[in-house]
Formats: sequence, C-alpha cells, structure tokens
Amino acid sequence: MSGPQLWMLQRGSAMLLALGVVVHLVTIMVAVRGGLSAAEILARTRGNAAWLAFYAAFALAAGLHGAIGLRAIAAEWLGWRGRGFDLAWMAVAVLTAALGIRAAYGLYSA
Amino acid sequence: MRLDPRGRSHPAYIAFLVHRLSGLLLALFLPLHFWALGQAITGEAALEGFIRWTDTAVLKFAETCLVVLLAAHLAGGLRVLALEFLGWRSSQKTLVAASAGFSLAVGALFLLNSGP
Amino acid sequence: MSEKTLEVSVWRGDATGGAFARYRVPTQANQSVLDVVTHIQREIEPDLAYRFSCRVGMCGSCAMEVNGRARWTCRTHVSRVAADGVLELRPLANLPVIRDLATDMAPFFEKWARARGSFQPKDSLTGEVPHDFAVVPPNSQKRQAADAGIECIGCGVCYASCDIVAWNPDYLGPAALNRAWTLANDVRDGANKARLAAVAGDAGCHACHSTQSCTERCPKQIDPSGSIAGLKRSLFWGALGR
Repeated sequence: MSGPQLWMLQRGSAMLLALGVVVHLVTIMVAVRGGLSAAEILARTRGNAAWLAFYAAFALAAGLHGAIGLRAIAAEWLGWRGRGFDLAWMAVAVLTAALGIRAAYGLYSA
Repeated sequence: MRLDPRGRSHPAYIAFLVHRLSGLLLALFLPLHFWALGQAITGEAALEGFIRWTDTAVLKFAETCLVVLLAAHLAGGLRVLALEFLGWRSSQKTLVAASAGFSLAVGALFLLNSGP
Repeated sequence: MSEKTLEVSVWRGDATGGAFARYRVPTQANQSVLDVVTHIQREIEPDLAYRFSCRVGMCGSCAMEVNGRARWTCRTHVSRVAADGVLELRPLANLPVIRDLATDMAPFFEKWARARGSFQPKDSLTGEVPHDFAVVPPNSQKRQAADAGIECIGCGVCYASCDIVAWNPDYLGPAALNRAWTLANDVRDGANKARLAAVAGDAGCHACHSTQSCTERCPKQIDPSGSIAGLKRSLFWGALGR
C-alpha cells in the first residue's frame, strides 16, 4: 500500500467515524436516560438490519483507523518500522474490526 | 525521547499531543469495548450481567473520561482535516477545534450525568 | 534590564558528546545573541566554534537553539529571550554536530535533493536557452502558492524544530517539502510526476502531523506545514486520477 493510499484510508475512515461517533454518542446518551440495561439496548438492535449495517461499518472504520494510527505512533516513538510490523498492524486492524462486527452481530441476533 | 517543553508550547503542538494521546488511549480501549459488547452473543443475561458490573462510581468515571477522550480526539481530527483538505491556516483551526471539542465534551458530560 | 551580566550556558563538544560551559557576558543595550557568542569567542574562549556570516538576518548561517527554540542569533535580542539574564545555547537540533555550536548541514541538503527540490525546465531539457520567456501570471493561484514559499534560504530552523524529523530519521523535513511544493506549483517545471512520487509516503509529506513547529519558528514567516498539506492534496487528487 502506498503513502497516499494509507493516508486516504486514514482520513476516509476518520470522516466516517466523525459521523458515526456523533450518531453513536447521541444514541448512547438517549439510551442512558433512566439507567442503562441490556433489555433496552437489545430492544433497539435485535433484528434491526440498519443498526447491524451501521455498527459493522463503524467497527470496520474504527479497526482500520486505530491500527493505522498506532502504526505511526509505534514507528515514531518505538522505532517499529518495516514490512513485518506493517503486516502485524494489518492483522490488528482485521482482528479489531472482526471483534466489533462480532459484537454488532451479537446485538442483532440476541 | 527528550521533549524540551520550551519549543513545544504553541497551541497547535498541544493539539497534536492531545490528539495523539487520546487516540492511543482510545485504540487501546477499543478491543476491550468490542469484547464486552460481544458478551451479548451469549445472550441478554450475559450482557445485563456485564452492564451491572460496570454500575460503579469508578467505572462511570472511566466512561466519562472515555467520552471526553473521544470528543477531544474528534475535535483534533477535525482540525487536521481542515488543515489538510481545506488548506486553512493554523491559527483559525485550533480555535475552532478547541471550541468544538470543548462543547462536545461539555454536552457529553451533561447528558451522561442526567438520569438517575 | 537590571542585570549587569548575562549567565550564558554554551554547549561545547563534538559528535562524540559534550557538556555545557558557563560564561559571564556583560550586558549591553541593543544586544543580540550573536553579539553574546561573538564576545565569548573573542574575549573569553578563542576556540569556541560557531557560525555566522551576514549578521543582518539575510543568510541564516547563525541559526542555533536559544533557550530551547531554534532561531537566528543575529536577529534575536537578548532582552527578548533572556529577561532574567540567563541564556542557554545549543547547536541546531536534529543535525550532526561538528563542534560546539556548528552543525553539519549535509543531511539537510541531502534530503532537499531527495525531495527533488531543484528546478527541471520543461522547455529546455538539454539546457539550451529557450526561445521565449515563460509567461507566468503573478496572480495565478499556482504562482501565489509558489511565491508563498520561495523565500526559503535553507537555514535549517524548521528542520531543527520538527519533532517528526527527530523521531523519523528518513523524514525529508519541512524545508525540503516546502521547496518541493513551490516547484510543484511552478508551471515551467517538468519534473512534477517524479517529484510528487519522491515526497509521498512515510518519509515524505504523509509523515507530517501538523504540529506546526516549522511554521511557528520560520524566521521568514513561511508556512512549510501549509505547503506539506498542499502536497498531500496534490497526491490525493492525483491518486483519484485528476
């Protein structure tokens, strides 16, 4: 992956996350009113394909964005550079996104 | 890594540092967050059990911190996007980002604290 | 100023290491930091190594770290930076030290070349004199973008101030990238494709995190950070096929 491509992925996921975070925070705050419970959360997400799609995309963007950011910090502050580390960060991105999509699916199918 | 603070006190540098550190903490927290929610896979009871477990003052404080970190990181990110895509000069954006972040954080705090 | 003497700590040493040496320098009205260094070398420590040339803020040779900030010593009033009578002088950061306050500028210019920071005429690739003057409207967007950055004299203050340069040995740095941007906006230049490729990636413009230390410190009020953002935009549109 080239410099411009990695940069576009980071900035693109950032823009998606900016929108997603606002939606997520507003939703959470509305949900937290009167206390938080699993029943309330699942009442919203169970069987709801729209929330599944939203959170799956959100998780993917977050996984990519976080891994690319950590890659920069690790390279600059720990000196972790090279193909090996790049592959490791790709794995981190995929694993994180997978964990998030798994959670989104869990909320959908509970 | 020697960081002499004398040459690193301009607002844009502070904004960079806040953005980087908040991103680092969020990136470390995120897998935990996904794992916890993944508890829902085992069913409503497991998720409810986890939510009850977080119903302590310490964890509520931690949650508030996370929301603030998120708001701060978002604000810093908007600053970077304005600098890079819109070609804005530095002095404008830091103010905008700071106020956006501050208001987001304040709003988040307010709403989080509302409710019993 | 009430103090009669300045307490000046000067870093002395070479590539293998060094330490601060302390000197007392009498204060004067209208004293620049260069005056202070010159006094030390002439009156106290004849073998102190430091650089200067024009003494009037045109050449950039006298750049060094003054109380933690890179600046031109000939254009730095002592009263502005040492109100408490204390000065700390170090050689420019992020560059190899030759001796005392003199650094080796070779890596700085080597990166300038790596960023393809030299003009390649479109019209006369073999160096012959073109038939006509190139007509470049001064108010065109590209020319204004180039003009905003061409006054750079390669003093190294931005390079010394940049943390990414410190943290990433391959990073080309603000001056080289700023020069690349001015050339990318020069309509007479024919090397832009290769130049943009040279400034992309982890060692290029994409490593900049907009800390703005370069723009903050530049003695000529150039905005290398803005130039680097311009390079990012050019590469972005280029990757999309525009």
